[in-house]
Amino acid sequence: MKAVYILWLRQIKRYLRSRSRIIGSLGQPILFLLALGFGFGPVFQRAGQGNYLEFLTPGIIAMSVLFTSVFAGIEIIWDRQFGFLKETLVAPVSRLEIMIGRTLGGATVATLQGIIVFLISLLAGFRPQTWLHLVPALAFVVLTAVLFTALGTAIASVLDDMQGFQLIMNFLIMPLFFLSGALFPLNGLPKFLEIITAIDPLSYGVDGLRGTLVGAAHFGLSLDLAVLSVMTALLLAVGSYLFSKIQI
Amino acid sequence: MAGESLDEAKIIQVENLVKTFGGFAAVNDVSFSVNRGEIFAFLGPNGAGKSTTIKMLTTLLKPTSGRILIDGHDPVLHEDAVRGSFGIVFQDPSLDDELTAGENLEFHGVLYRVPADVRRKRIQELLEFVELWERRDDLVKTFSGGMKRRLEIARGLLHHPKIFFLDEPTQGLDPQTRNHLWQYIKNLNQTEKITIFFTTHYIEEAEKAAGKVAVIDEGKIVGQGSPEELKVKTGSQTLEESFLSLTGHKIRDDEAGAVDQMRMRRRLWHR
Repeated sequence: MKAVYILWLRQIKRYLRSRSRIIGSLGQPILFLLALGFGFGPVFQRAGQGNYLEFLTPGIIAMSVLFTSVFAGIEIIWDRQFGFLKETLVAPVSRLEIMIGRTLGGATVATLQGIIVFLISLLAGFRPQTWLHLVPALAFVVLTAVLFTALGTAIASVLDDMQGFQLIMNFLIMPLFFLSGALFPLNGLPKFLEIITAIDPLSYGVDGLRGTLVGAAHFGLSLDLAVLSVMTALLLAVGSYLFSKIQI
Repeated sequence: MAGESLDEAKIIQVENLVKTFGGFAAVNDVSFSVNRGEIFAFLGPNGAGKSTTIKMLTTLLKPTSGRILIDGHDPVLHEDAVRGSFGIVFQDPSLDDELTAGENLEFHGVLYRVPADVRRKRIQELLEFVELWERRDDLVKTFSGGMKRRLEIARGLLHHPKIFFLDEPTQGLDPQTRNHLWQYIKNLNQTEKITIFFTTHYIEEAEKAAGKVAVIDEGKIVGQGSPEELKVKTGSQTLEESFLSLTGHKIRDDEAGAVDQMRMRRRLWHR
Protein backbone atom coordinates (compact mmCIF):
# COMPACT_ATOMS: atom_id res chain seq x y z
CA MET A 1 0.00 0.00 0.00
CA LYS A 2 2.85 2.37 0.91
CA ALA A 3 4.37 1.69 -2.51
CA VAL A 4 1.11 2.65 -4.20
CA TYR A 5 1.03 5.84 -2.14
CA ILE A 6 4.58 6.93 -2.96
CA LEU A 7 4.06 6.26 -6.67
CA TRP A 8 0.87 8.30 -6.54
CA LEU A 9 2.63 11.09 -4.66
CA ARG A 10 5.39 11.21 -7.26
CA GLN A 11 2.89 11.86 -10.05
CA ILE A 12 1.18 14.62 -8.05
CA LYS A 13 4.47 16.32 -7.23
CA ARG A 14 5.61 16.18 -10.83
CA TYR A 15 2.29 17.64 -11.95
CA LEU A 16 2.29 20.50 -9.46
CA ARG A 17 5.87 21.38 -10.36
CA SER A 18 5.33 21.57 -14.09
CA ARG A 19 3.44 24.87 -14.21
CA SER A 20 4.16 25.37 -17.88
CA ARG A 21 2.56 22.03 -18.56
CA ILE A 22 -0.56 22.87 -16.53
CA ILE A 23 -1.00 26.21 -18.23
CA GLY A 24 -0.12 24.80 -21.65
CA SER A 25 -2.67 22.04 -21.38
CA LEU A 26 -5.39 24.53 -20.48
CA GLY A 27 -4.94 26.46 -23.73
CA GLN A 28 -6.82 23.95 -25.83
CA PRO A 29 -9.95 23.61 -23.66
CA ILE A 30 -10.19 27.38 -23.25
CA LEU A 31 -9.91 27.85 -27.01
CA PHE A 32 -12.56 25.23 -27.65
CA LEU A 33 -14.91 26.73 -25.06
CA LEU A 34 -14.56 30.24 -26.43
CA ALA A 35 -14.37 29.56 -30.17
CA LEU A 36 -16.90 26.76 -30.38
CA GLY A 37 -19.03 27.70 -27.39
CA PHE A 38 -19.63 31.26 -28.51
CA GLY A 39 -19.03 30.68 -32.22
CA PHE A 40 -21.61 27.96 -32.69
CA GLY A 41 -23.90 29.31 -29.94
CA PRO A 42 -26.23 31.29 -32.23
CA VAL A 43 -26.59 28.46 -34.80
CA PHE A 44 -27.22 25.94 -32.06
CA GLN A 45 -29.86 28.23 -30.57
CA ARG A 46 -31.62 28.74 -33.91
CA ALA A 47 -31.69 24.98 -34.44
CA GLY A 48 -33.75 24.77 -31.29
CA GLN A 49 -31.11 22.94 -29.26
CA GLY A 50 -30.75 25.56 -26.52
CA ASN A 51 -27.57 26.98 -25.02
CA TYR A 52 -24.46 25.55 -26.74
CA LEU A 53 -22.00 26.61 -24.05
CA GLU A 54 -24.07 24.64 -21.58
CA PHE A 55 -24.07 21.66 -23.93
CA LEU A 56 -20.38 21.93 -24.77
CA THR A 57 -18.86 22.40 -21.31
CA PRO A 58 -19.22 18.75 -20.15
CA GLY A 59 -17.65 17.69 -23.46
CA ILE A 60 -14.67 19.98 -22.98
CA ILE A 61 -14.16 18.81 -19.39
CA ALA A 62 -14.20 15.23 -20.68
CA MET A 63 -11.73 16.21 -23.40
CA SER A 64 -9.15 17.56 -20.98
CA VAL A 65 -9.61 14.52 -18.74
CA LEU A 66 -9.08 12.26 -21.77
CA PHE A 67 -5.91 14.03 -22.93
CA THR A 68 -4.36 14.38 -19.50
CA SER A 69 -5.03 10.81 -18.45
CA VAL A 70 -3.81 9.16 -21.66
CA PHE A 71 -0.62 11.25 -21.47
CA ALA A 72 -0.16 10.37 -17.81
CA GLY A 73 -0.32 6.70 -18.78
CA ILE A 74 1.99 7.18 -21.74
CA GLU A 75 4.55 8.90 -19.48
CA ILE A 76 5.84 5.40 -18.74
CA ILE A 77 7.65 5.66 -22.06
CA TRP A 78 9.57 8.70 -20.76
CA ASP A 79 10.38 6.87 -17.56
CA ARG A 80 11.63 3.95 -19.60
CA GLN A 81 13.80 6.15 -21.83
CA PHE A 82 15.15 8.20 -18.94
CA GLY A 83 15.90 5.21 -16.80
CA PHE A 84 13.61 5.87 -13.88
CA LEU A 85 11.38 2.92 -14.79
CA LYS A 86 14.32 0.59 -14.12
CA GLU A 87 14.60 1.96 -10.60
CA THR A 88 10.96 1.02 -9.97
CA LEU A 89 11.19 -2.32 -11.72
CA VAL A 90 14.15 -3.63 -9.69
CA ALA A 91 12.43 -2.72 -6.40
CA PRO A 92 10.83 -5.55 -4.42
CA VAL A 93 7.33 -4.36 -5.30
CA SER A 94 4.81 -6.18 -7.44
CA ARG A 95 4.16 -4.90 -10.93
CA LEU A 96 0.49 -4.66 -10.01
CA GLU A 97 1.22 -2.20 -7.18
CA ILE A 98 3.35 -0.09 -9.52
CA MET A 99 0.60 -0.07 -12.13
CA ILE A 100 -2.05 0.83 -9.56
CA GLY A 101 0.04 3.63 -8.02
CA ARG A 102 0.80 5.15 -11.39
CA THR A 103 -2.76 4.84 -12.60
CA LEU A 104 -4.19 6.47 -9.49
CA GLY A 105 -1.59 9.24 -9.78
CA GLY A 106 -2.38 9.85 -13.43
CA ALA A 107 -6.12 9.72 -12.77
CA THR A 108 -5.79 12.23 -9.91
CA VAL A 109 -3.87 14.63 -12.13
CA ALA A 110 -6.48 14.25 -14.89
CA THR A 111 -9.27 14.85 -12.38
CA LEU A 112 -7.57 18.02 -11.15
CA GLN A 113 -7.26 19.15 -14.74
CA GLY A 114 -10.97 18.47 -15.28
CA ILE A 115 -11.83 20.52 -12.18
CA ILE A 116 -9.73 23.45 -13.42
CA VAL A 117 -11.54 23.38 -16.78
CA PHE A 118 -14.86 23.31 -14.92
CA LEU A 119 -13.82 26.42 -12.96
CA ILE A 120 -12.82 28.15 -16.19
CA SER A 121 -16.18 27.28 -17.72
CA LEU A 122 -17.83 29.05 -14.77
CA LEU A 123 -15.95 32.18 -15.80
CA ALA A 124 -17.22 31.72 -19.35
CA GLY A 125 -20.77 31.71 -18.03
CA PHE A 126 -21.52 28.02 -17.51
CA ARG A 127 -23.70 27.12 -14.54
CA PRO A 128 -24.47 23.54 -13.45
CA GLN A 129 -28.14 22.71 -13.11
CA THR A 130 -27.80 22.03 -9.38
CA TRP A 131 -24.58 22.35 -7.40
CA LEU A 132 -25.41 19.14 -5.56
CA HIS A 133 -24.86 17.23 -8.80
CA LEU A 134 -21.19 18.11 -8.71
CA VAL A 135 -20.66 15.05 -6.53
CA PRO A 136 -21.86 12.45 -9.06
CA ALA A 137 -20.25 14.53 -11.83
CA LEU A 138 -16.93 14.18 -10.02
CA ALA A 139 -17.46 10.44 -9.85
CA PHE A 140 -17.86 10.34 -13.64
CA VAL A 141 -14.71 12.40 -14.07
CA VAL A 142 -12.72 10.05 -11.81
CA LEU A 143 -14.01 6.96 -13.58
CA THR A 144 -13.20 8.43 -17.00
CA ALA A 145 -9.75 9.43 -15.75
CA VAL A 146 -8.92 5.94 -14.45
CA LEU A 147 -10.21 4.36 -17.65
CA PHE A 148 -8.01 6.43 -19.95
CA THR A 149 -4.92 6.36 -17.71
CA ALA A 150 -5.15 2.58 -17.86
CA LEU A 151 -5.46 2.83 -21.65
CA GLY A 152 -2.35 5.03 -21.76
CA THR A 153 -0.46 2.55 -19.57
CA ALA A 154 -1.48 -0.32 -21.82
CA ILE A 155 -0.28 1.57 -24.91
CA ALA A 156 2.98 2.65 -23.26
CA SER A 157 3.73 -0.91 -22.17
CA VAL A 158 3.90 -2.13 -25.75
CA LEU A 159 5.70 0.89 -27.25
CA ASP A 160 9.47 1.24 -26.97
CA ASP A 161 9.69 4.93 -27.72
CA MET A 162 7.65 7.89 -28.82
CA GLN A 163 7.86 7.06 -32.55
CA GLY A 164 4.29 5.84 -32.49
CA PHE A 165 3.02 8.83 -30.58
CA GLN A 166 1.72 10.74 -33.59
CA LEU A 167 -0.08 7.62 -34.72
CA ILE A 168 -1.79 7.23 -31.36
CA MET A 169 -2.68 10.89 -31.25
CA ASN A 170 -4.27 10.97 -34.71
CA PHE A 171 -5.80 7.52 -34.88
CA LEU A 172 -6.86 6.95 -31.30
CA ILE A 173 -7.04 10.01 -29.05
CA MET A 174 -8.48 12.47 -31.57
CA PRO A 175 -11.14 10.03 -32.85
CA LEU A 176 -12.02 9.13 -29.24
CA PHE A 177 -12.67 12.81 -28.61
CA PHE A 178 -14.34 13.91 -31.85
CA LEU A 179 -16.60 10.85 -32.06
CA SER A 180 -17.77 10.97 -28.46
CA GLY A 181 -20.62 13.45 -28.65
CA ALA A 182 -18.49 15.99 -26.81
CA LEU A 183 -19.19 18.57 -29.53
CA PHE A 184 -22.56 17.54 -31.00
CA PRO A 185 -25.83 15.96 -29.83
CA LEU A 186 -26.07 12.20 -30.35
CA ASN A 187 -29.71 12.12 -31.50
CA GLY A 188 -30.59 12.05 -35.16
CA LEU A 189 -27.10 11.08 -36.35
CA PRO A 190 -26.45 9.05 -39.53
CA LYS A 191 -26.48 5.34 -38.70
CA PHE A 192 -22.69 4.75 -39.05
CA LEU A 193 -21.90 7.67 -36.77
CA GLU A 194 -24.49 6.51 -34.28
CA ILE A 195 -22.79 3.12 -34.10
CA ILE A 196 -19.29 4.60 -33.78
CA THR A 197 -20.31 7.01 -31.03
CA ALA A 198 -21.99 4.17 -29.15
CA ILE A 199 -18.72 2.15 -29.25
CA ASP A 200 -16.55 5.07 -28.07
CA PRO A 201 -16.17 4.75 -24.28
CA LEU A 202 -15.65 8.50 -23.95
CA SER A 203 -19.26 8.99 -25.15
CA TYR A 204 -20.42 7.56 -21.85
CA GLY A 205 -18.11 9.79 -19.84
CA VAL A 206 -19.35 12.86 -21.71
CA ASP A 207 -22.93 11.69 -21.35
CA GLY A 208 -22.57 11.03 -17.62
CA LEU A 209 -21.14 14.51 -17.13
CA ARG A 210 -23.83 16.10 -19.26
CA GLY A 211 -26.51 14.17 -17.40
CA THR A 212 -25.27 15.25 -14.00
CA LEU A 213 -24.23 18.83 -14.79
CA VAL A 214 -26.88 19.85 -17.33
CA GLY A 215 -29.54 17.20 -16.79
CA ALA A 216 -29.56 16.00 -20.41
CA ALA A 217 -28.23 12.45 -20.71
CA HIS A 218 -28.58 10.62 -24.02
CA PHE A 219 -27.85 7.06 -22.88
CA GLY A 220 -29.04 7.52 -19.29
CA LEU A 221 -26.84 7.75 -16.21
CA SER A 222 -27.11 4.10 -15.20
CA LEU A 223 -25.99 2.89 -18.63
CA ASP A 224 -23.16 5.46 -18.57
CA LEU A 225 -22.03 4.22 -15.19
CA ALA A 226 -22.26 0.56 -16.19
CA VAL A 227 -20.32 0.96 -19.46
CA LEU A 228 -17.63 3.10 -17.86
CA SER A 229 -17.19 0.68 -14.96
CA VAL A 230 -16.91 -2.37 -17.18
CA MET A 231 -14.51 -0.64 -19.57
CA THR A 232 -12.39 0.64 -16.68
CA ALA A 233 -12.13 -2.82 -15.15
CA LEU A 234 -11.27 -4.29 -18.53
CA LEU A 235 -8.57 -1.74 -19.35
CA LEU A 236 -7.08 -1.99 -15.87
CA ALA A 237 -6.77 -5.73 -16.38
CA VAL A 238 -5.26 -5.36 -19.86
CA GLY A 239 -2.97 -2.53 -18.70
CA SER A 240 -1.74 -4.53 -15.70
CA TYR A 241 -1.09 -7.56 -17.84
CA LEU A 242 0.87 -5.65 -20.47
CA PHE A 243 2.75 -3.68 -17.82
CA SER A 244 3.76 -6.88 -16.04
CA LYS A 245 5.29 -8.09 -19.32
CA ILE A 246 7.64 -5.12 -19.65
CA GLN A 247 11.26 -6.14 -19.96
CA ILE A 248 13.99 -3.60 -20.27
CA MET B 1 21.83 -25.59 -9.35
CA ALA B 2 22.20 -28.61 -11.58
CA GLY B 3 24.06 -31.32 -9.70
CA GLU B 4 25.58 -28.78 -7.35
CA SER B 5 24.50 -27.89 -3.88
CA LEU B 6 24.14 -24.33 -2.71
CA ASP B 7 27.52 -22.92 -1.92
CA GLU B 8 27.21 -20.51 1.00
CA ALA B 9 30.50 -18.81 0.20
CA LYS B 10 29.23 -17.83 -3.24
CA ILE B 11 26.76 -14.98 -3.30
CA ILE B 12 26.34 -15.00 -7.09
CA GLN B 13 26.32 -18.26 -9.03
CA VAL B 14 25.76 -18.27 -12.77
CA GLU B 15 25.69 -21.46 -14.78
CA ASN B 16 25.36 -21.88 -18.54
CA LEU B 17 23.47 -18.62 -18.85
CA VAL B 18 22.05 -17.89 -22.31
CA LYS B 19 20.03 -14.96 -23.61
CA THR B 20 19.01 -14.76 -27.23
CA PHE B 21 17.22 -11.92 -29.00
CA GLY B 22 15.70 -13.27 -32.18
CA GLY B 23 18.42 -15.58 -33.42
CA PHE B 24 21.24 -13.59 -31.87
CA ALA B 25 22.87 -14.85 -28.66
CA ALA B 26 23.79 -11.75 -26.63
CA VAL B 27 24.89 -13.98 -23.77
CA ASN B 28 26.06 -17.38 -24.83
CA ASP B 29 26.64 -20.09 -22.22
CA VAL B 30 28.18 -17.96 -19.49
CA SER B 31 29.27 -19.40 -16.13
CA PHE B 32 30.97 -17.63 -13.24
CA SER B 33 30.61 -17.09 -9.54
CA VAL B 34 31.26 -14.30 -7.07
CA ASN B 35 32.30 -14.88 -3.49
CA ARG B 36 30.66 -13.14 -0.56
CA GLY B 37 32.43 -9.88 0.26
CA GLU B 38 34.44 -9.87 -2.95
CA ILE B 39 35.00 -6.99 -5.35
CA PHE B 40 34.27 -8.48 -8.74
CA ALA B 41 34.95 -6.76 -12.07
CA PHE B 42 32.97 -7.79 -15.11
CA LEU B 43 34.84 -6.52 -18.15
CA GLY B 44 34.21 -6.59 -21.85
CA PRO B 45 34.10 -4.40 -24.96
CA ASN B 46 30.89 -2.63 -26.02
CA GLY B 47 28.12 -5.04 -26.90
CA ALA B 48 29.91 -7.99 -25.28
CA GLY B 49 26.89 -8.90 -23.14
CA LYS B 50 27.76 -7.17 -19.87
CA SER B 51 24.57 -5.17 -19.50
CA THR B 52 22.40 -8.04 -20.66
CA THR B 53 23.98 -10.26 -18.00
CA ILE B 54 23.43 -7.63 -15.30
CA LYS B 55 19.80 -7.26 -16.38
CA MET B 56 19.31 -11.00 -15.94
CA LEU B 57 21.05 -10.99 -12.55
CA THR B 58 18.80 -8.14 -11.41
CA THR B 59 15.44 -9.59 -12.60
CA LEU B 60 14.97 -7.08 -15.44
CA LEU B 61 15.33 -9.73 -18.12
CA LYS B 62 14.44 -13.39 -18.11
CA PRO B 63 17.20 -15.76 -19.26
CA THR B 64 16.57 -17.92 -22.31
CA SER B 65 18.24 -20.79 -20.45
CA GLY B 66 20.74 -21.50 -17.69
CA ARG B 67 20.61 -20.86 -13.96
CA ILE B 68 21.30 -17.92 -11.70
CA LEU B 69 21.41 -17.87 -7.91
CA ILE B 70 21.61 -14.52 -6.12
CA ASP B 71 22.22 -15.03 -2.39
CA GLY B 72 20.60 -18.45 -2.77
CA HIS B 73 17.55 -17.22 -4.72
CA ASP B 74 16.62 -17.69 -8.35
CA PRO B 75 15.75 -14.32 -9.96
CA VAL B 76 13.09 -15.96 -12.12
CA LEU B 77 11.32 -17.80 -9.30
CA HIS B 78 11.89 -15.48 -6.33
CA GLU B 79 12.00 -12.03 -7.88
CA ASP B 80 11.29 -10.08 -4.71
CA ALA B 81 13.81 -11.96 -2.53
CA VAL B 82 16.45 -11.24 -5.16
CA ARG B 83 15.34 -7.62 -5.61
CA GLY B 84 15.60 -6.93 -1.90
CA SER B 85 19.13 -8.33 -1.71
CA PHE B 86 20.92 -6.00 -4.11
CA GLY B 87 21.39 -2.31 -4.81
CA ILE B 88 22.26 -1.06 -8.26
CA VAL B 89 23.71 1.92 -10.06
CA PHE B 90 22.70 1.61 -13.69
CA GLN B 91 24.89 2.57 -16.59
CA ASP B 92 22.45 5.32 -17.62
CA PRO B 93 21.00 7.80 -15.15
CA SER B 94 17.88 6.53 -13.42
CA LEU B 95 16.90 9.39 -11.11
CA ASP B 96 13.70 11.39 -11.34
CA ASP B 97 14.95 14.82 -12.39
CA GLU B 98 11.74 16.51 -11.30
CA LEU B 99 12.15 15.34 -7.70
CA THR B 100 14.67 16.60 -5.15
CA ALA B 101 17.64 14.53 -4.00
CA GLY B 102 15.84 13.82 -0.73
CA GLU B 103 12.64 12.83 -2.48
CA ASN B 104 14.46 10.41 -4.76
CA LEU B 105 15.88 8.66 -1.70
CA GLU B 106 12.56 8.79 0.13
CA PHE B 107 10.87 7.17 -2.86
CA HIS B 108 13.46 4.42 -2.91
CA GLY B 109 13.23 3.83 0.85
CA VAL B 110 9.46 3.45 0.74
CA LEU B 111 9.60 1.05 -2.21
CA TYR B 112 12.15 -1.08 -0.32
CA ARG B 113 10.04 -0.95 2.88
CA VAL B 114 12.71 0.72 5.02
CA PRO B 115 10.83 1.83 8.18
CA ALA B 116 10.23 5.60 8.39
CA ASP B 117 12.56 6.36 11.33
CA VAL B 118 15.40 4.23 9.95
CA ARG B 119 14.80 5.76 6.55
CA ARG B 120 15.14 9.32 7.82
CA LYS B 121 18.36 8.50 9.64
CA ARG B 122 19.94 6.65 6.76
CA ILE B 123 18.99 9.28 4.19
CA GLN B 124 20.83 11.88 6.23
CA GLU B 125 23.83 9.59 6.78
CA LEU B 126 24.08 8.64 3.13
CA LEU B 127 23.60 12.16 1.80
CA GLU B 128 26.32 13.36 4.15
CA PHE B 129 28.46 10.44 3.03
CA VAL B 130 28.20 11.46 -0.63
CA GLU B 131 28.39 15.14 0.33
CA LEU B 132 24.97 16.09 -0.94
CA TRP B 133 23.19 16.76 2.36
CA GLU B 134 23.27 20.53 1.75
CA ARG B 135 21.60 19.96 -1.63
CA ARG B 136 18.89 17.60 -0.38
CA ASP B 137 16.03 19.97 -1.23
CA ASP B 138 17.29 20.82 -4.72
CA LEU B 139 15.76 19.27 -7.80
CA VAL B 140 17.99 16.61 -9.33
CA LYS B 141 17.81 18.33 -12.73
CA THR B 142 20.08 21.04 -11.31
CA PHE B 143 22.81 18.48 -10.48
CA SER B 144 25.98 17.76 -12.43
CA GLY B 145 26.75 14.28 -13.76
CA GLY B 146 29.07 13.52 -10.85
CA MET B 147 26.51 14.63 -8.27
CA LYS B 148 23.85 12.47 -9.88
CA ARG B 149 26.19 9.48 -9.76
CA ARG B 150 26.89 10.06 -6.07
CA LEU B 151 23.19 10.37 -5.39
CA GLU B 152 22.54 7.10 -7.22
CA ILE B 153 25.18 5.42 -5.10
CA ALA B 154 23.56 6.73 -1.93
CA ARG B 155 20.20 5.53 -3.17
CA GLY B 156 21.49 2.06 -4.03
CA LEU B 157 22.79 1.66 -0.48
CA LEU B 158 19.72 2.93 1.33
CA HIS B 159 18.18 -0.49 1.95
CA HIS B 160 21.53 -2.02 3.02
CA PRO B 161 21.93 -4.46 0.14
CA LYS B 162 24.18 -7.51 0.32
CA ILE B 163 25.32 -7.03 -3.27
CA PHE B 164 25.98 -3.73 -4.99
CA PHE B 165 25.88 -3.74 -8.80
CA LEU B 166 27.67 -0.86 -10.44
CA ASP B 167 27.34 -0.71 -14.22
CA GLU B 168 30.09 1.64 -15.40
CA PRO B 169 29.76 3.85 -12.33
CA THR B 170 32.63 6.15 -13.29
CA GLN B 171 31.73 6.69 -16.94
CA GLY B 172 31.98 10.37 -17.86
CA LEU B 173 33.39 11.45 -14.51
CA ASP B 174 36.58 13.43 -14.01
CA PRO B 175 39.60 11.70 -12.39
CA GLN B 176 39.00 13.45 -9.04
CA THR B 177 35.43 12.24 -8.79
CA ARG B 178 36.40 8.77 -9.98
CA ASN B 179 39.09 8.51 -7.38
CA HIS B 180 36.75 9.74 -4.67
CA LEU B 181 34.10 7.27 -5.74
CA TRP B 182 36.45 4.32 -5.59
CA GLN B 183 37.45 5.34 -2.09
CA TYR B 184 33.79 5.13 -1.09
CA ILE B 185 33.27 1.82 -2.79
CA LYS B 186 36.34 0.13 -1.34
CA ASN B 187 35.59 1.54 2.06
CA LEU B 188 32.04 0.23 1.82
CA ASN B 189 33.26 -3.19 0.82
CA GLN B 190 35.62 -3.34 3.79
CA THR B 191 33.42 -1.89 6.53
CA GLU B 192 30.01 -3.22 5.48
CA LYS B 193 31.22 -6.43 3.79
CA ILE B 194 29.06 -5.61 0.79
CA THR B 195 29.85 -7.64 -2.31
CA ILE B 196 30.67 -5.32 -5.21
CA PHE B 197 29.94 -6.34 -8.78
CA PHE B 198 31.01 -3.73 -11.29
CA THR B 199 31.68 -3.14 -14.95
CA THR B 200 34.01 -0.52 -16.35
CA HIS B 201 35.89 0.50 -19.46
CA TYR B 202 38.73 1.84 -17.33
CA ILE B 203 40.66 -1.39 -16.97
CA GLU B 204 43.10 0.16 -14.48
CA GLU B 205 40.16 0.64 -12.09
CA ALA B 206 39.54 -3.09 -12.19
CA GLU B 207 43.23 -3.78 -11.73
CA LYS B 208 43.36 -1.59 -8.63
CA ALA B 209 40.07 -2.51 -7.00
CA ALA B 210 38.98 -5.98 -8.04
CA GLY B 211 39.87 -9.22 -6.29
CA LYS B 212 38.45 -11.16 -9.20
CA VAL B 213 37.84 -10.35 -12.84
CA ALA B 214 35.80 -12.00 -15.56
CA VAL B 215 36.20 -10.90 -19.18
CA ILE B 216 33.28 -11.39 -21.53
CA ASP B 217 33.42 -11.01 -25.29
CA GLU B 218 30.76 -11.74 -27.89
CA GLY B 219 28.58 -13.32 -25.24
CA LYS B 220 31.21 -15.71 -23.91
CA ILE B 221 33.56 -15.61 -20.94
CA VAL B 222 37.07 -15.49 -22.42
CA GLY B 223 38.99 -15.30 -19.17
CA GLN B 224 38.51 -15.14 -15.42
CA GLY B 225 40.56 -15.08 -12.24
CA SER B 226 42.42 -12.53 -10.15
CA PRO B 227 44.09 -9.67 -12.07
CA GLU B 228 47.45 -11.35 -11.32
CA GLU B 229 46.29 -14.70 -12.70
CA LEU B 230 45.01 -13.09 -15.88
CA LYS B 231 48.26 -11.22 -16.39
CA VAL B 232 50.28 -14.39 -15.93
CA LYS B 233 47.99 -16.37 -18.19
CA THR B 234 48.25 -13.86 -21.04
CA GLY B 235 51.88 -12.95 -20.37
CA SER B 236 51.02 -9.26 -19.97
CA GLN B 237 52.40 -6.45 -17.83
CA THR B 238 49.07 -4.82 -17.11
CA LEU B 239 45.46 -5.94 -16.92
CA GLU B 240 44.71 -3.66 -19.85
CA GLU B 241 47.16 -5.61 -21.99
CA SER B 242 45.65 -8.92 -20.97
CA PHE B 243 42.20 -7.50 -21.67
CA LEU B 244 43.28 -6.58 -25.20
CA SER B 245 44.98 -9.90 -25.75
CA LEU B 246 41.79 -11.69 -24.64
CA THR B 247 39.34 -9.60 -26.64
CA GLY B 248 41.42 -8.48 -29.64
CA HIS B 249 41.87 -4.99 -31.02
CA LYS B 250 38.79 -4.74 -33.20
CA ILE B 251 36.67 -1.66 -32.41
CA ARG B 252 33.06 -2.40 -31.45
CA ASP B 253 30.00 -0.37 -32.26
CA ASP B 254 27.92 0.87 -29.40
CA GLU B 255 24.20 1.29 -29.65
CA ALA B 256 23.30 4.94 -29.40
CA GLY B 257 21.06 7.51 -30.89
CA ALA B 258 17.64 6.49 -29.62
CA VAL B 259 17.98 8.15 -26.24
CA ASP B 260 19.46 11.33 -27.67
CA GLN B 261 16.61 11.57 -30.12
CA MET B 262 14.17 11.07 -27.28
CA ARG B 263 15.68 13.86 -25.24
CA MET B 264 15.25 16.25 -28.09
CA ARG B 265 11.69 15.25 -28.77
CA ARG B 266 10.83 15.42 -25.09
CA ARG B 267 12.04 18.99 -24.92
CA LEU B 268 9.91 19.92 -27.89
CA TRP B 269 6.88 18.24 -26.41
CA HIS B 270 7.12 19.75 -22.96
CA ARG B 271 7.58 23.34 -24.00
